[in-house]
Amino acid sequence: MALKKYFPVFVLPTLIAFLIAFGVPFILGIFLSFTEFTTVVDAKWVAFENYIKAFSNADFLNALWFTVKFTVVSVITINIIAFALASLLTKGLKATNLFRTVFFMPNLIGGIVLGYIWQLIINGVLQTIGVTITYDAKYGFWGLVVLMNWQLIGYMMIIYIAGIQNIPTDLQDASKVDGANRWQTLKNVTIPLVMPSITICLFLTITNSFKLFDQNLALTAGAPSKQTAMLALDIYNTFYGRIGWEGVGQAKAVIFFIIVALISFIQLGITHKREVEQ
Amino acid sequence: MRGITKQNVGRTLLYIILTAIAIGFLAPVFVVLMNSFKGKFFITEEPFALPNSSTFAGLENYLSGLQKTGFFSAFGWSLFITVFSVIAIVLFTSMTAWYIVRVKNRFTKFLYYVFVFSMVVPFQMVMFTMTKTAGDLHLDTPWGIILIYLGFGSGLAVFMFSGFLKSVPIEVEEAAMIDGCTPLQTFFMVVFPILKPTAITVAILDAMWIWNDYLLPYLLIGSDYKTIPIAVQYLRGGYGSVDMGAMMAMLVLSIIPIVVFYLSCQKYIIKGIVAGAVKG
Repeated sequence: MALKKYFPVFVLPTLIAFLIAFGVPFILGIFLSFTEFTTVVDAKWVAFENYIKAFSNADFLNALWFTVKFTVVSVITINIIAFALASLLTKGLKATNLFRTVFFMPNLIGGIVLGYIWQLIINGVLQTIGVTITYDAKYGFWGLVVLMNWQLIGYMMIIYIAGIQNIPTDLQDASKVDGANRWQTLKNVTIPLVMPSITICLFLTITNSFKLFDQNLALTAGAPSKQTAMLALDIYNTFYGRIGWEGVGQAKAVIFFIIVALISFIQLGITHKREVEQ
Repeated sequence: MRGITKQNVGRTLLYIILTAIAIGFLAPVFVVLMNSFKGKFFITEEPFALPNSSTFAGLENYLSGLQKTGFFSAFGWSLFITVFSVIAIVLFTSMTAWYIVRVKNRFTKFLYYVFVFSMVVPFQMVMFTMTKTAGDLHLDTPWGIILIYLGFGSGLAVFMFSGFLKSVPIEVEEAAMIDGCTPLQTFFMVVFPILKPTAITVAILDAMWIWNDYLLPYLLIGSDYKTIPIAVQYLRGGYGSVDMGAMMAMLVLSIIPIVVFYLSCQKYIIKGIVAGAVKG
């Protein structure tokens, strides 16, 4: 086919941009995680020293634990609320579209802006007991959970709505005729049939929560004393806030990448298996 | 009869619940809007009180905010970077995806997997080295950042275009080629129009990402050019106290373009989100 000769036109521009933005930096990043450097050209091989430093760094371990806790709590709350809203909005109400529009809106607002909106609201509420969000890590934690719920519920709700609308109505009617109550219909008919949507939503909420940066930076910036810094923010602080620790920052970034990649592959595996079964 | 009344009661209840939740969803934005008209010292004191004659500050916060952040210039840069990056991504990655799907060999297969792989890598992994590489190549300008966005956006976009192209029959393209069209003509006259739904999805997902992106432009061009998220974060400054009035006003100004965009392209946005989620 004549197309084959057109590689420079069709592929090269994308490929060059991809190599500059991702390919070269990725390989360089893996290499640098085994070195000590401040400007890349002065890299000295130190083998696993950066990884040892990363795993014995209290800030990093605290950020890892904070991120895991945050991810578990947000994933559960977001998905339950989004699913509940989706089932309310698939009952054929006239104003469905209006509600859907409102619930989805926060998702389009950027993380930095979201962080400052919620900083105002949460500080306003906490003022009644005379403190601010940076007074105690637990306020920052729950503040982030509320913020994340506000941002992602509408997004997940839309995916659940699409999933619920794909269920043939006669299946639900049949289960009613057979005498199933609402809970039984939900458990035995609706949930199994929206399983693909549930998998997608779980994946999106897990990865989005795990990789959170902007919202974290704007809401608390890690305060009090780095206790509410999540992994992405801790890596950023290690790179740009501590001279001589660039190598450790890069090692932390590689660990972060491996965790996110593992989550993604487990997810892909599950989806793939389910598709085969169907 | 009883059945109908019962249904009506249920329906009314449902409306009340949903309306209450909707008010809850809009309240934070409303609180910010309200505070943007209050004097800056009254905001932290009584954030939930409506402005009154002694706290009302008119447009003072907006004026000081615009002056401190250079908001209009930030809006311009955000728009410039978003529009041109999205155009570059849609144009170049759709061409690449077509080549990968139609020219089947080990190399294109490898390329496809490399693009897909890049989607699972978090930004922090390449944050430092990418900033360095782009700086060395003098790509730390509003034009250069477009190339970087093309590189970062290519994973998802190639993946989505390829997924769609695999289901497009090859016959029409072959007919065009036999009629004497060059591959470029075939692509733009036959293939690209078929790709339009996917192109809209890719454009919307990438526009939302680039418009709201903070860290990448901050690291690459932040000291010379501010986008909207950088301008907002800039108000926080170092360790000094934040001008809450200016902050509220800038939050409102940042939300307005998003709401306008959302309300005017809502149908495409929601369709794009669903399509993007299912494939991504």
